[in-house]
Amino acid sequence: MRAHSATDPHAPEAGRSPWQDAWQRLRKNKIAVFGGVVLILLTLLCAFGPLFTQSYREMDLDLGPVGPCADHWLGTDIHGRDLLARILYGGRISIMVGLVASLVALAIGVSYGAIAGYAGGKLDTVMMRIVDILYALPFTIFVILMMVFLKEPMQAVDVWLGELSFFGWHAFDEMQGVGKILLLFAAIGAVEWLTMARIVRGQILSIKKMEYIEAARALGYGKARIIFRHMIPNALGPVVVYTTLTIPAVMLLESFLSFLGLGVDAPMSSWGTLIKDGAEKMEEYWWLLVFPGGIFSLTLFSLNFLGDGLRDALDVRSAKD
Amino acid sequence: MFRFIARRLLETIPVLLIIVSATFFMIRFVPGGPFTAEKAVTPEILRNLEAHYGLNQPLHHQYFDYLGKLAHGDLGPSFKYPNRTVNEIIADKLPVSLELGLLSLGIALALGLTAGIIASIWKNTWLDYTASSLAMIGICVPTFVLGPLLVLFFAIHLGRFNASGWYDWQDRVLPALTLGCVYAAYIARLTRGGMLEVLNQDYIRTARAKGASELRVIFKHALRGGLLPVVSFLGPAIAGILTGSFVIETIFQIPGLGREFVTSAFNRDYTLVLGTVLLYATLIVTLNLVVDVVQVWLNPKLKFE
Repeated sequence: MRAHSATDPHAPEAGRSPWQDAWQRLRKNKIAVFGGVVLILLTLLCAFGPLFTQSYREMDLDLGPVGPCADHWLGTDIHGRDLLARILYGGRISIMVGLVASLVALAIGVSYGAIAGYAGGKLDTVMMRIVDILYALPFTIFVILMMVFLKEPMQAVDVWLGELSFFGWHAFDEMQGVGKILLLFAAIGAVEWLTMARIVRGQILSIKKMEYIEAARALGYGKARIIFRHMIPNALGPVVVYTTLTIPAVMLLESFLSFLGLGVDAPMSSWGTLIKDGAEKMEEYWWLLVFPGGIFSLTLFSLNFLGDGLRDALDVRSAKD
Repeated sequence: MFRFIARRLLETIPVLLIIVSATFFMIRFVPGGPFTAEKAVTPEILRNLEAHYGLNQPLHHQYFDYLGKLAHGDLGPSFKYPNRTVNEIIADKLPVSLELGLLSLGIALALGLTAGIIASIWKNTWLDYTASSLAMIGICVPTFVLGPLLVLFFAIHLGRFNASGWYDWQDRVLPALTLGCVYAAYIARLTRGGMLEVLNQDYIRTARAKGASELRVIFKHALRGGLLPVVSFLGPAIAGILTGSFVIETIFQIPGLGREFVTSAFNRDYTLVLGTVLLYATLIVTLNLVVDVVQVWLNPKLKFE
């Protein structure tokens, strides 16, 4: 019979994992909690809001651009499209690009950094030298070339999706422009993984010397298992923090590409394309710049605050190096 | 130290060579060429154009040809600007971007360092919160929102300064401010973080215990270590500022190198892309070397390896 009474001095104390500690610390950080709540609200709004608003693509050329009013809370654009609907719809794309491209960067960076750090020696030197060289390349040029380079194959994807039919039902007919979004994922993810690789490598280098890794090796575990089951989970703190900080960077890059005219095509919208259009028309129609710009900045704010809070909570010092 | 610098300089040569080669072959594999966008070029003219620029040669031939010229400092002719060489274009546009960059850098350092130091000294007071919030705004508001907003407020609403062009000082205020604010925000955050770390160290307590004035503690003892994160950030940042910001130059209609940088990629102007990439990479590599030297100078614990 095992019975632990509260007064039993030998009863083991209820243990708390480092993650639980971090969660406690994070909850006390008001501004980080605020950031998290805003993010959840914004995501829900963008996900379900477009079901209730007017159409994001239906034009009303007779109406034209009008300022905020009862019918159109945030006004309309020059084609008479409801701005609120366009912002919420654009949020879907911007948030999705931010998340997926960050995940692409995460996957590449973590695997690359972990392998370099674990292998050490010559392979490590060569791999990190490659990262150094990539750092010296101007990324904008890189991304532009990639977008231009892969444009035609991606248009082929769109055409293929449009023609794809199941017994006469064109399931993906509405998904025109998906190729462009996939391209954005790939192009941005491909350039944002470098810092992640460096961080993970540094972590792995220090974890490699720990005793539990020695123990795992003594038990005869394979390399892949040691890397992916033992080392990466223990290097996760900085990775989580840096990922939260990568998402706003990725969203900024997406809006920059939209500014160059490389973003999603009309009638789709993303926050970047809305801001670009708004900046061109701002002298007459200020709301076209102020509302998309405001909501975009609010999102970046929240992400950064949450990232900072996580960094303090997880006690990661070198996440920004 | 000189051996360290000499060795690092030698190391940059293969790095730059790899960058040039990678860029060279990458843009060549992009479909289309510099003359495809032009309207209605007959096949005959196209052949002549390609022959003129040596584009009809085998690729490896063109590659070694380019490297040979590069060794003599010749970046080749531009494909989009007739009768102009890449050297001329860079010599023409770089000074504009340099001037804008230096102005912005001045603003960024002045604002960023002041805000960061103030925030770290009066940590967790309203001064800190104000400075940190402003820095966060600077990071989160993209330049292409901030720029038009500044134009809207100053140039259109107040009628101060100019919204576009690049002739007198009134044209320079708004673009330099826009670009400077973004970097000021990053510098402020890094300065605050670096200073806070240093202010907790034992040697600061020792200095205080020995009766050094607070001003002396901050400027003589803490600043040196506290600036380390800023210094490593400034390396790549300066390269970006000096080669021009495409967004700023587009919004404010400034004839700088940043626009050439981006449009050359769209135009497949092979030599101009290579020239600007090479310039940027050289700047980055050089500035990283400078950063490493400055870091050793600031941090006595580090040694030249």
